[in-house]
Amino acid sequence: MEKTDAAIIKLENVTKSFGEGEKKIVVLDDFNAEMERGKITCIIGGSGSGKSTVLRHLIGAYQPDSGKIWIDGENIVGMNVKEMNAVRKKFGILFQTGALFNSMTVEENVALPLKEHTKVPIETIRIMVAIKLEMVGLRGSGHLKPAQLSGGMLKRIALARAIALDPKIVFYDEPSAGLDPISIGVIDKLMKDLSSKMGITSVVVTHELPSALRIADKIIMLFKGKIIFSGTPEEIKTSDDERVRQFVNGLPDGPIPFSKTQKDYGEELKEMSYY
Amino acid sequence: MFGYIGRKGFKSKSALEDFFREISGLYYLTRSTLYCTFIEPLRGKPNKWGPVWIQMDEVGVKSSTIVFLVAFLIGVILAFQSAYQMAQMGALEFVGALVGVSVTRELGPLMTAIVMAGRVGASFTAEMGTMKVSDEILALQTMALDPVKFLITPRFLAILIMLPCLTVMADAMGVFGGYLVGVNILGISSTSYIDNSLDAMQLKDFITGLIKSGVFAVIIVMVGSYQAFIIEGGAERVGQNTRTSVVISMILIIFADLLFTAVFYYFT
Repeated sequence: MEKTDAAIIKLENVTKSFGEGEKKIVVLDDFNAEMERGKITCIIGGSGSGKSTVLRHLIGAYQPDSGKIWIDGENIVGMNVKEMNAVRKKFGILFQTGALFNSMTVEENVALPLKEHTKVPIETIRIMVAIKLEMVGLRGSGHLKPAQLSGGMLKRIALARAIALDPKIVFYDEPSAGLDPISIGVIDKLMKDLSSKMGITSVVVTHELPSALRIADKIIMLFKGKIIFSGTPEEIKTSDDERVRQFVNGLPDGPIPFSKTQKDYGEELKEMSYY
Repeated sequence: MFGYIGRKGFKSKSALEDFFREISGLYYLTRSTLYCTFIEPLRGKPNKWGPVWIQMDEVGVKSSTIVFLVAFLIGVILAFQSAYQMAQMGALEFVGALVGVSVTRELGPLMTAIVMAGRVGASFTAEMGTMKVSDEILALQTMALDPVKFLITPRFLAILIMLPCLTVMADAMGVFGGYLVGVNILGISSTSYIDNSLDAMQLKDFITGLIKSGVFAVIIVMVGSYQAFIIEGGAERVGQNTRTSVVISMILIIFADLLFTAVFYYFT
């Protein structure tokens, strides 16, 4: 695959299941997807639809049972730690909880990738950290500990750390989970800016539909490990797929079941009455 | 490598299989820790000493009070206990010899390690376990940083250096405790107590005690780290694994001590 290909990330026939025998759960079933260079791709879906599993495959935390995952022209499936680490320097990740190191200050957190992966003198690193913190609008909070920050600030600092090494790709795991509307707006704007001004490819896993509609160039919707929709924000609003419409409108009833149990409700109650 | 440890838990079939999986997991983690700590620096990736100093303070200096107290009291108890028996045989002045030998050879290293397993092993598991739960360890990996080198190596070096140091001081405190009781309460003259002690205590015993404490250090840090790294899930597992870590460390320490004592008994 050429590096100039439009798709910087490509998943081919990825299958992943957890457990064995009766407890086996197929999370991803013959999954195919592409994410374009420089664009924002949002992966949406309800809880348990497999969207976080997709993300964990992309960052190399999970190995698929079968299939290939291409990142910037390299298949990361079956890579050893050394090869994987080379690929990992190309991307940054914003974790759902931020995953900042609590024992370090904000400045040390953002400086960590720079200190470990470059031979830049400490004075220069401090300047670079200040630039990254200014980009997320939090210059001057470098001396604080993560425990002293609010949820929205944590996410922004985590974003500053994710882009510290100027990656080509940034993965976002639920960037707007647990934030107030204003903070969500700030994070959305930052994501949009990174993509449009710096040409960073973004892959956003989220269940916040309004935020996805605002920022996405392409939306992929998952249901039970399969793609049920792939297209632009305009297309998803006019989609006539029942499941997509249920998600877009937030309806409790529809083809996506409210109840998770397999057994018939009446049968289960009858069984219980014997005890 | 250890990314797969713990996730294998999905496939467990029997308790025996689980047991061997734990053993092999602990083995692989120990092997990669030894590699990161001692071999990688020779290949051009030197260890950073800043985090090691911090851990040495945390592990060693801050544990000194409790270790001193325990060792001192062990010396006192041992002197009282043996005095009763020795007096019946008319060999009261040999209390010093008994206290000195048992403290330097057995009780000093053992009690220090047990105290440290509770104090330091538990904090290793709780601290790194919380990092595992809050995705901080995954974050390290995705930043292409090796969590073993970043988290375990400083702790490994710190406890490997500090536990023998604490043991030396615990030995001294234990002997001092015995001396105070022997001279002030049992009425043995100071010179005869010291003479008897020095005659009985050998440098060899003292050095075996130090070797043992080095092995105990490895047990504490590896069990503590392994129990932290296999955590999947939430805060509940952190609590459970912290407890498991202390229990397993203590059992392994006692077994290792038994093994050492048996080996020294037959070969010296």
